[in-house]
Amino acid sequence: MNHAVIDPSGASEATLKSYGTGFILSIILTVIPFGFVIYGGLSQSLAIAIIFAAATLQIFVHLYYFLHLNGSSSAHWNTLALMFSVLIMALIIGGTIWIMYHLHYRLI
Amino acid sequence: MSSVEPVLGNGVSHDAAHEHHDTYGNLAFGFWIYLMTDLILFASLFATFAVLSHNFAGGPTGKDLFDLPYTFGETLCLLFSSATCGMVMIAVHHDKKYYTVAWLALTFILGLGFISMEVHEFYDMILAGHGPSRSGYLSAFFTLVGTHGTHVSFGLIWMAIMMWQVLKYGLTTSIQSRLLRLSMFWHFLDIVWISVFTIVYLLGVL
Repeated sequence: MNHAVIDPSGASEATLKSYGTGFILSIILTVIPFGFVIYGGLSQSLAIAIIFAAATLQIFVHLYYFLHLNGSSSAHWNTLALMFSVLIMALIIGGTIWIMYHLHYRLI
Repeated sequence: MSSVEPVLGNGVSHDAAHEHHDTYGNLAFGFWIYLMTDLILFASLFATFAVLSHNFAGGPTGKDLFDLPYTFGETLCLLFSSATCGMVMIAVHHDKKYYTVAWLALTFILGLGFISMEVHEFYDMILAGHGPSRSGYLSAFFTLVGTHGTHVSFGLIWMAIMMWQVLKYGLTTSIQSRLLRLSMFWHFLDIVWISVFTIVYLLGVL
């Protein structure tokens, strides 16, 4: 039972490569949304879709390359705990927005 | 005593090493569970921010307040510090004590750069009368971004302590395990920041 997220005994070359790849992808996925918002020129709905897509992708890049959550058996329980937290977060954020929007709608 | 110890020591150390490996794995997993609960804390603050994001009370909106190139600079500080934090773990893996401290110091400086920029931003906003009491929107903004900043500050204190520990005690197994958890914490904070700059800053300016 090894719960370590970052396996200290993992191949170091692969780790350097993994951090490098993750870093370059993160830079690209940061420049794209900032660029689109700063220089504009896009319709608002398209810009919103792009910044959310870039953020989601970048979160996966960080989880995969920096936290080494790569579906290996050693990270199984970490992934499971994360998936459960995502469910709870979706309930908290989605539920709050839904209830408050409805309340607002009924008060008008 | 010294004649008995090697025999006893061997037997014990073999078991202890095995036990230690398991313990450090469990410590990392326990810390991961803490990070997950922290994620839920941030989720509640994001939910609050989403509800209050248009309650300007006649005060400034995101368009008036945010300077995106400045936020981009903060983001780069944190992103570079995540990469240097990865270099810390590589140095630990190669058992390079001074490289570990050097990369930790660089990570610390980049993190300090991020927090200084944030404090400067908050200071200017409060000075201009746009403090947390100005509107519901600004209360939610300061709570959410401030909570992230507080986490980063505690990460910096932790990092300073680890630099001192590595210099004083070297890269012992328990210090390696602490550095592993510190790097998990640091990468986690960068993930939270991705959500902050997307939802608070980019969406606020659009």
